[in-house]
Amino acid sequence: MGSYLARRAAFLLMSLVLAMLLIFVLLRLLPGDPANALLSVDATPEQIEAAQQQVGSNLPVHEQLVRWVGDVMRLDLGTSFISGTPVLPDIVSRLEVTLPLTLISFVISVMLASGIGYVAAARAHTRLGVAVTAVAQLGIAVPVFWIGLLLVWLFALELRLFPSGGFPREGWADPLAALRSLFLPATTIVIVMTASLVRYVRSATLDVLESDYLRNAQALGSGFGEAFLRHGVRNASVPVISILGIELASTLLGAVVVESVFTLPGLGSMLTKAIAQHDYPSIQGILLVTTFFVLIVGFAADVVQRLVDPRLRSSLSGAHA
Amino acid sequence: MSLVLGMVLLVAVGIVGLVSVFWLPYDLADTTGGRLEPPGPDHWLGTDKLGRDTASFVMVGTRIALTVGLSSMAIAMALGVIVGLLAAFATGWVDDVQSSLLDVVIAFPTLLLAMLIGAMQGASLTSAVVSIGLAASAVVARLTRILAKGLLRRQFVTAARTSGTSWPRIVVIHLLPNMWPTLVVTAALIFGTAVLAEASLSYLGLGVPPPNSSLGRLLQGAQSTVLTAPWGAVAPGVVIMVIVLGANSLADGLRERFDPTRRERR
Repeated sequence: MGSYLARRAAFLLMSLVLAMLLIFVLLRLLPGDPANALLSVDATPEQIEAAQQQVGSNLPVHEQLVRWVGDVMRLDLGTSFISGTPVLPDIVSRLEVTLPLTLISFVISVMLASGIGYVAAARAHTRLGVAVTAVAQLGIAVPVFWIGLLLVWLFALELRLFPSGGFPREGWADPLAALRSLFLPATTIVIVMTASLVRYVRSATLDVLESDYLRNAQALGSGFGEAFLRHGVRNASVPVISILGIELASTLLGAVVVESVFTLPGLGSMLTKAIAQHDYPSIQGILLVTTFFVLIVGFAADVVQRLVDPRLRSSLSGAHA
Repeated sequence: MSLVLGMVLLVAVGIVGLVSVFWLPYDLADTTGGRLEPPGPDHWLGTDKLGRDTASFVMVGTRIALTVGLSSMAIAMALGVIVGLLAAFATGWVDDVQSSLLDVVIAFPTLLLAMLIGAMQGASLTSAVVSIGLAASAVVARLTRILAKGLLRRQFVTAARTSGTSWPRIVVIHLLPNMWPTLVVTAALIFGTAVLAEASLSYLGLGVPPPNSSLGRLLQGAQSTVLTAPWGAVAPGVVIMVIVLGANSLADGLRERFDPTRRERR
């Protein structure tokens, strides 16, 4: 396990470095000088030069890269062109909305999907099992913002139970109001995510229920419940864990759209705004934070998977066999 | 069962898209209808707040969604299979670097990439197709690489190699024929994903721009009038659902076809 951990960590580190390079290159490939965002249309040559100096776009590319990597190492993600405030604290304050939204939705979806997925597998040949599977198919085929739109219509506009959007100005100082305004966005994500997870849980559970070891355990005198808890759950969770990593990451990214439906002041709306205003430091910072998040979650999912499944631990193959 | 369902759904939306090339109930610029009319004999799906016919917009939007889906899928498959095959032959540190690069690209969200390209180059049909296709190609590349690496370890490849078959020929006669069932299933899934991605992009205002119609943008427009005219928010969403459900069912059906052991399970 130790050597695997070292190898997987080295792989993570390499991925993080590559991610930084990729983000840097990508933003330089885009047309236009980032300094332009600071200038009006009729800027004088002196103003242009001053702006380039400020942004650093007059330096050779390799110096820009060294400078940026150095800044990131010191946790300095630069200053927003538009607001003039440092990017990192801004991102952190946005995460106060996005992270709870993502994590709450994730935990609820995993719990719902485990139960529903198990039922869909155990009752696979009954009407209930077929119906659950069909509903899950529908759930993954609809755009997340459409679900959000329909929920707003029903619960915010017709029934007036929840706010149709926005987040209390005081933030989490009033936890009830904050939770209330996250209710519809979280429900939107839960619907889509549960539908997607149910299929994986169902398929993994079916594999387990048809397995010889489960029948064997019962033949040796275990009750079904005992055999399933002891052998089934662990085996079924192995393939699901790697999916969970991907799902958690895509939930954070899906929050971009959901936040836009409910006009939440989170990371997603910050990105949409930064893109519209060509605010390069903010775009760069958000891309960096989200990509790092996705890569680290992937790392964690791989490690947990090894902990759950001893067979993977003994394999000598590399980080990505 | 899934195969038939998938084909029926896709053929149905395909016909709607084709018809929209030749005939529309109203011109997209026609604002002669009443404002926010409910569905009726004159306007099957009602009108929007400018008095334009929703049905016509949904029909053109269907065509655009299918176009973006197919084109992005073609880019993703072509690029992904080529990169994946090249990657499969890499060994040692080159292999490590490129496979972690693929991981990074996959970690890099489709939607963000498309948003960036759209915002910087100006949103257009082409930039939507290219960005969605590029982002999805990383998934295809990783899959192709894993499949090809597995096949390269098999004895029939060693045998072919020993008897003097060249690598390009091995790719054509041994690798591709063994991979294509999985790749075809993946292509169907990517088609559905691409349609959803285009809808999200358009919803955020970074997709296919006016005067063309787009299902995502129709839903964005319907959001502001959902209380007075909820019907506007129904049809575009249903069409997206039918397309994606069709693509996913087709993929499931094909998978069952290719792998009979899974047939009873579904």
